[in-house]
Amino acid sequence: MNNGHVIQTRDLRKIYRVGKLNVAALRGVDLAVQAGEFLAIVGPSGSGKSTLFHIIGGLTPPTSGQVLVAGQDLAAMSEAERTRMRKRTVGFVFQKFNLLPNLTARDNIAIARHIADNRKPDPAFDDILRILGIQERLDHKPNALSGGEQQRIAIARAVVNHPAILLADEPTGNLDTVNSKTVLDMLKDLNGRLGQTILMITHNPEAATYGHRTVQMRDGKIVDAEPGT
Amino acid sequence: MTGKLVLENLKNRPMRTLLSVLLIGVPVTLILTLVGLSHGMLEDAQHRARAVGADIFVRPPGSSFLTASGAMPDGILGALEKLPHVKLAVGVVNQPVQGVTLGIAGIDLKQFDIISGGFRLLAGTTFQGPDDVMIDEFYASEKGLKPGGRVSLLNHDWRVCGIFEGGKLAHIVAPISRVQQLTGNVGKISQAYVKLDNPANTASMVQHLKSDPMWSNYPVYSVQEFTALYSINNIPGLRQFVGVVIGIGVVIGFAVVCLSMYMAVLQRTREIGILKALGASNGFILRVIVAEALLMGVGGTVLGIIMSYGAWWLIRTLVPASIQMVIVHSWWPIALGITLAGTGFGALYPGISAARHDVIEALAYE
Repeated sequence: MNNGHVIQTRDLRKIYRVGKLNVAALRGVDLAVQAGEFLAIVGPSGSGKSTLFHIIGGLTPPTSGQVLVAGQDLAAMSEAERTRMRKRTVGFVFQKFNLLPNLTARDNIAIARHIADNRKPDPAFDDILRILGIQERLDHKPNALSGGEQQRIAIARAVVNHPAILLADEPTGNLDTVNSKTVLDMLKDLNGRLGQTILMITHNPEAATYGHRTVQMRDGKIVDAEPGT
Repeated sequence: MTGKLVLENLKNRPMRTLLSVLLIGVPVTLILTLVGLSHGMLEDAQHRARAVGADIFVRPPGSSFLTASGAMPDGILGALEKLPHVKLAVGVVNQPVQGVTLGIAGIDLKQFDIISGGFRLLAGTTFQGPDDVMIDEFYASEKGLKPGGRVSLLNHDWRVCGIFEGGKLAHIVAPISRVQQLTGNVGKISQAYVKLDNPANTASMVQHLKSDPMWSNYPVYSVQEFTALYSINNIPGLRQFVGVVIGIGVVIGFAVVCLSMYMAVLQRTREIGILKALGASNGFILRVIVAEALLMGVGGTVLGIIMSYGAWWLIRTLVPASIQMVIVHSWWPIALGITLAGTGFGALYPGISAARHDVIEALAYE
């Protein structure tokens, strides 16, 4: 498995134990994402897209099947190994921004570099900050930033260590239309300029059109895949 | 960056931080005050004993260096003065008047002046009559007394005739005959102070007294021996008491930090999830929590030291004669070590609990 794919899953399954019941969240997902691709995953609640997001992001292990991210077999990794993998291989953007409230925007980005032991100067990152248009807001804490600004900071934090993949979970879910468009434009811009691989989960069909391709999920399976605009 | 995160976490919850620091600081104050009192009282006793100016102390049979009262016939003074090298022997009657920390000493002022060089009067006069007392500046300050004032001691009404500079023998001195009479010790003394013709003869004289059958029942000390006995190890139960207070301090510090950090971890569940999503290891999360607790421990120690100065000031102001406290600087690092041990262990459980948070559940925490 590889063929230029930065993400590959085969017969990926995840079963959660809820009380005395086993609930199958993923029922055999086969997915391949090319490096530099911008993939949108859509589907109703309970379709398994968030579970897929968590497994690909190394936040939880699969019950069975194979998942390769940047050549690393996540299914074979311990929790500590997955934690180490997340430092540099994956960047997360969440619906609720998930910035550390006590730190300034600058420190929110810096702590991601610190955790990843990324001490090298990175002048190229200034370009990213310029693309995201947040240079003037870096010394503010999250509670002094608008939702759109917070999400742009979260994107900056997600890409500061130049991860192999950027995972975005409903990145526009808490934003108004104008800010949603801004954030999506920026994700597309990062994908286009830097070749950043992006896997975005969304309920919003309009947001999904920003991807090169859209994958439809239902009942823990991929039911349809079509190219985006 | 970790340090900044820790500092910002502490700054972001100022009331929690301040309360935790205060609660850690209280047992630190308790420990430093107790140690300060132990040292202060012992050093004060040593200083007073040295200031008498004697070379040898003789105590009643069966007494110890700690016993303030007790009795032996005052006739021994004459017997002591007949011994070679003895220049003068002066008897004193000691009687506690307020617990064990404050006593009155009955003296023959003329004799005592010869052996000690006399009291330095700050106000008033020496004894003018049998019912006069002289008090030191500390007792005068504590009780608000001035020359001419009245004070009731040993169920007897006394006139304060003078106030002397403190630090010699006792806080209160009165004519020996009246104290002997009031304490049922007529013709008896509690202690004999012996002045030799030459201090170099002290060791041989002490040896002679200890080996002489006539004096073998009397505890005899050189002034060096006597003052050396005033140590924490020689006060029954004091070391154990200090140990118990230290133990309480550790337990309080542990409990305060454990509770405080546990609450902090609960409040910061989502933030812990964010850090873990970014790739922070369990060790990193634990370090942040423990560092935060240790920083509060350092703050609590500093506050405890400051508050111990407050206790010192209060004691000096309110009860300078009854109890003495000194600031024992050598105990600051010990107090810091005790606090860091308590806070470090107190933070372990919340820290481990935080490190073990499931990252997905933590991120979903509202």
